[in-house]
Amino acid sequence: MIEWFTWLQIAVAVAAGLLCIVLGLAGRVPSDLTLGSLALVEVLLVVQLVVALVAPAFGNTPSGSVLEFGVYLVSALLIPPAAIFWALVDRGRWSTVVCGVAALAVAVMVYRMLQIWTVQQA
Amino acid sequence: MSDASDTAPAPERPGRLGGIGRVLVAVYAVLALAATGRSFVQIVQRFDEAPVAYALSALAAVVYIVATIALTRPGRTWYRIAWATIIFEFTGVLVVGTLSVVDPALFPHDTVWSGYGRGYLFIPLVLPVLGMWWLAKHRPDAAAPASEESAARSGAAS
Repeated sequence: MIEWFTWLQIAVAVAAGLLCIVLGLAGRVPSDLTLGSLALVEVLLVVQLVVALVAPAFGNTPSGSVLEFGVYLVSALLIPPAAIFWALVDRGRWSTVVCGVAALAVAVMVYRMLQIWTVQQA
Repeated sequence: MSDASDTAPAPERPGRLGGIGRVLVAVYAVLALAATGRSFVQIVQRFDEAPVAYALSALAAVVYIVATIALTRPGRTWYRIAWATIIFEFTGVLVVGTLSVVDPALFPHDTVWSGYGRGYLFIPLVLPVLGMWWLAKHRPDAAAPASEESAARSGAAS
């Protein structure tokens, strides 16, 4: 796991989450901007997946449970597509808020993944 | 506050899932996913360490999934199931939360409800309250036809 990349990813997810929640509460329906921000969150998750698969070969191994890390990563990968799908089916303002909630959930999960990889005592 | 149908091209879908209730369902879905993932890891990795706590985690995860589904379904039966699951969750977070604070030895291993859902940003404590408020405001009325009734309901929601 590359730490600076992970922090960047968390920052992007938080920014996308706040953007979607603010625009959604302001009454905007899902737009290219909000759905695009969620797509960016997903792309970064895919990059994270590749990094996590490759990193151990370069001596960058997780300190915690690989299984737990994997479950978080797979769950996180499912969230943005689900939210985007929801927003495409139901183009209401609350779908924009749902996208924001999804992005914030990803941010929390990526933070947990960082903890599992770097500072895990168990 | 304008409803989703004012700004969206598509009309409001019938069901209990109108307005901000969709956000509630989304948060429930995320919590269900998180609880399921975590209990899966706990049970696969170290079930023998704390079978009770981890079995409870799994039960909680299943109840969150049922609650998520029940919230999205119209009709009286699903309405009752939604109430039952949400009350179960609220009881769970209060009982397990209190026990884990008063006597940490009882729950040495984390469950979704330990410390009132501390590990989940207290969402397990707040969510059932919001859920009950939502259900109380959106009582299905047996007298009205289902489609009209739910349209009125989602209109009143915002």
